Amino acid sequence: MDSALAVHRLHFAFTITFHYLFPQLTMGLALLIVILKTVALRTGNPAYDQAARFWVKIFAINFAMGVVTGIPMEFQFGTNWAQFSKNAGGVVGQTLAMEGVFSFFLESSFLGLFVYGEKYLSPRLHWVTAFLVFVGSWLSGFFIIATDAWMQHPTGYKIGAGDQILLDSFLGLLLNPWILWQYLHNMIAAVVTASFVMASVGAYYQLAGKCADHARIFLRTGVVAGTIAVLAMMFPTGDGQGRMVADHQPVTLAAMEGLFDTSQGAPIAILGQPDTEAMKLDNPLLVPQALSFLTYRRWGAVVKGLKDFPRDVWPDNIPLLYYSYHIMVGIGTFLIALMLLSIWSLWRGRLHQSRPLLWALMLALPFPYIATTAGWMTAELGRQPWLIYGLMRTSAGVSPLVSAANGLFTLIGFMGLYLILGILFLFLVHREIEHGPVPAADSMGGTK
Amino acid sequence: MIATIWFCLVAIMIAGYVVLDGFDLGAGIVHLFVARTDRERRQVLQSIGPVWDGNEVWLIAGGGTLYFAFPALYSAAFSGFYLALMMVLWLLILRGISIELRSHIESPLWQPFWDLIFGGSSALLAVLFGAALGNVIRGVPLDANGFFFLPLWTNFQPDTEAGIVDWFTLLTGLAAFVALTMHGCCWVASRTEGDLRQRARALGLKTWWAVLALTALITFFSFHLQPHLETQFSAHPWGYVFPLLGLAGLAGMRFFSSQQRDTAAFLSSCLYLTGMLTSAAFGVFPYVLPSNIAPEAGLTIFNSSAAPYGLYIGLAWWIPGMLLAAGYSTFVYRRLPAKVT
Repeated sequence: MDSALAVHRLHFAFTITFHYLFPQLTMGLALLIVILKTVALRTGNPAYDQAARFWVKIFAINFAMGVVTGIPMEFQFGTNWAQFSKNAGGVVGQTLAMEGVFSFFLESSFLGLFVYGEKYLSPRLHWVTAFLVFVGSWLSGFFIIATDAWMQHPTGYKIGAGDQILLDSFLGLLLNPWILWQYLHNMIAAVVTASFVMASVGAYYQLAGKCADHARIFLRTGVVAGTIAVLAMMFPTGDGQGRMVADHQPVTLAAMEGLFDTSQGAPIAILGQPDTEAMKLDNPLLVPQALSFLTYRRWGAVVKGLKDFPRDVWPDNIPLLYYSYHIMVGIGTFLIALMLLSIWSLWRGRLHQSRPLLWALMLALPFPYIATTAGWMTAELGRQPWLIYGLMRTSAGVSPLVSAANGLFTLIGFMGLYLILGILFLFLVHREIEHGPVPAADSMGGTK
Repeated sequence: MIATIWFCLVAIMIAGYVVLDGFDLGAGIVHLFVARTDRERRQVLQSIGPVWDGNEVWLIAGGGTLYFAFPALYSAAFSGFYLALMMVLWLLILRGISIELRSHIESPLWQPFWDLIFGGSSALLAVLFGAALGNVIRGVPLDANGFFFLPLWTNFQPDTEAGIVDWFTLLTGLAAFVALTMHGCCWVASRTEGDLRQRARALGLKTWWAVLALTALITFFSFHLQPHLETQFSAHPWGYVFPLLGLAGLAGMRFFSSQQRDTAAFLSSCLYLTGMLTSAAFGVFPYVLPSNIAPEAGLTIFNSSAAPYGLYIGLAWWIPGMLLAAGYSTFVYRRLPAKVT
C-alpha cells in the first residue's frame, strides 16, 4: 500500500463500489414505480398508489445517497487521475458533461415534484414527474456507460501532439458498439436489483403477516418484472456482452475463464482456482466444449489461452478477475432459478402460502447487489492493465504529484464517512420498511 | 475564438452555481442564527428543499463542462488542490444528508444535530470556495508538465511557497463567507414571513458592512498580488463594467432591503456575486490558472483547451441542453409557493 498507483486505484474502486449500491436500485426502482403508478391510474386501485408512495420514500433515501456519493466520482477524474484527464478529457469529458446537462438537470428538477409534489399535482402530472425522473436516471446511466465503453473499447478518436487523445468523431463516440450490450446488461441488472428488493420486502410482509394487500402487490410486481429481467440478463444482454469481450479483449476472456492453454473445444470452468505461477487451474470442475460454443457458437472452435498472450497485456489481478466473474455468473444462475420457481408458484396462485420460497426471496436481498458489484469488477479488472484499452496504461493515468500518503489520507476519510452513511442508510430504510405502506389518509399529513 | 466562447460559458456556469447554490449555502449559514424554533428552521429548509439539489447540479454540470472544454486546467487544478477538494466533497456529502435526513425522525436530538451539521458544512464550504478563488488570483507553482500540488498551508504567506491557505486566500474565503451569509439572508427574507423574515433582513443589513469592507480589502490585495489584473483592466477599460455591476448590486441590496423589498434585494445580491465573479474572470483572462513562480508557465484558455472539433461539437449539444435545463428550472421555480409557511 505504499505505491501511489495502488492507493489511487483503491480510492476509485472503493468510492465507485459504494456509490453504485444506490443508483442500481434507483434506476430500477424508477421503472417499477412508473409501472405501479400506471396500474394505479388505469385501475383506480388505491393500494397501487399507496405501494408507489411507499417505494418513493425508499427511492428518495437511495437517491440522496446516490447524489452525495456521486459527486466524488466526477471530481476523482481530476483529483486522482489527472494525467488521464489531461490526455483524454477532450473525449470522455464530452459524455460526462452531457450527463450533467441532459440528465442531472432533468432529474433534479422533477425529483422535488416527484417526491413531495403528490399533494398539489394532478395524478397524471405526478405520473409525468415519475416518468421524467425515470428518463433522467436512465439517460444518466447511458452517458456513464458511454464513458466506460470508450475506456473499454475506444472509438471516434485520433492521437494528436504530445500523446493527446482527441475527439475525431462525435458519432463514433456515441455509437461505440460496446455501448449497446453493456448499457442493456447494466440497466437490466438495475431492474433485477429493484425487483428483488421489492419482492423481498413483499415476502417479508407476507411472512410477518403485515400489510397483506401491499405484500401481494410487491411480490407480484417484483416477481414478474424480476423474471423478465433475470432472463434478459442472461440472454441476449449477458451473451452479447460476453461476445464483445471475446472479440475485443480476448486476453480478458481467457483470464475470466481461467483458460491458460489455447484449446479446441474449450471447456467452461464451474469451479477451480487459477494459479498464475504454474499457469494452470487447480481443482477444476469443467463443462467440456461449453466455452467454445458460447463464444463462437461452435463446439469445436478454438479459444486462445493466456499462455499465447504476452504477459504484459494480461490483466494484472487474474485471480480476483476470475472470482468476480464466477461470482457474478454463479449468483446470476441462482437468481434465475429462484425467479423461475417463484413465477411458477405465483402463476399457480401458491406463492403467498409457500413459506420456503418466501423465505428464499426475502433472504435473496443482498445477492443482486453482490452480483452487480462482481459484474462491474469483472469489467474493470478485465480492462487492466489498461486505463483506455490498448491506448493508455493505468499506471500512466494517475495524478503525477498526488502522493500515496495524501491519497491514503483521503481514502481513510472516505471509508470513515461512508461507514457512517451506510449505517444511517440501513437505519432509515429499516424504519421505512417497518413503518410500511399506509392508507392514503395517514400518509398525506405526515410528509413534510 | 472557440476557446474564448467556452471560457465565457464556463464562467456563466460557475456564476450560476455560486448565485444558486450560494443562496442555499447562505441559508445554511444563517439558519442557526435567524431561525430560533424548530418550526422556523423547517421553514428555512422548506424554502430550499425542492431546489437545493438542482442548484448543486450546476456544480456537477459546470465541472463536467470545464472538464471537457479545458481538460488540462481541470486535471491540473483538481490534482493540485487535492486536499481542499476532498474536503469540499466530504462537506458536500455531510450537507446533503443533513438536509435530506433531518425530516425523517422526530426527536429532540436528531434535528438539532443535523441543523448543526448543515450550518457548519455550509459555512466551511463558503470559506473553501472563496479560498479557491483566491488561489486562482494569486497563482500556483505549475511545473513544466502543467501540474502542481499544494499542501493545505505552509507559512501563510501568499508567496511562491504558499499553501492553499495563506492570509490572502483566507481573506477571500472570509469574503465569500460574508457574501453568502448576506445572500442567504436575502433569500430567507424573500421567502418567509413574520419574525423570521425580520431577523433575516436585519442580519443581512448588518452583514452588508462586512461585505463592503472585505470586498474593498480583497480588491486592493488582488491588484497588489496579481499584476496581470491591472494590465488586463487598463488594456480593456470596458471591463470595468463587471466591477461596476458588482457595486451596483451591493448598493441595490442595501437600498431595497432597507425598503423591505426583499425580492429586489435578493436579485441585487445575485448581481453583486455575478459582478464580482465576472470581474475576477475578466481580470485573469486569458489565464485560467496563473503561475506564481513564472508568468509564462501559467495555464491560459489557449494552452489548456480541448481540440477545436470537440469544442464546436460541444456547442451543438450544450446550447440546446442548457435551454432545456432552463426550461425545467423555470417550470419548477414557478410551481414553488411564493412564501413558505
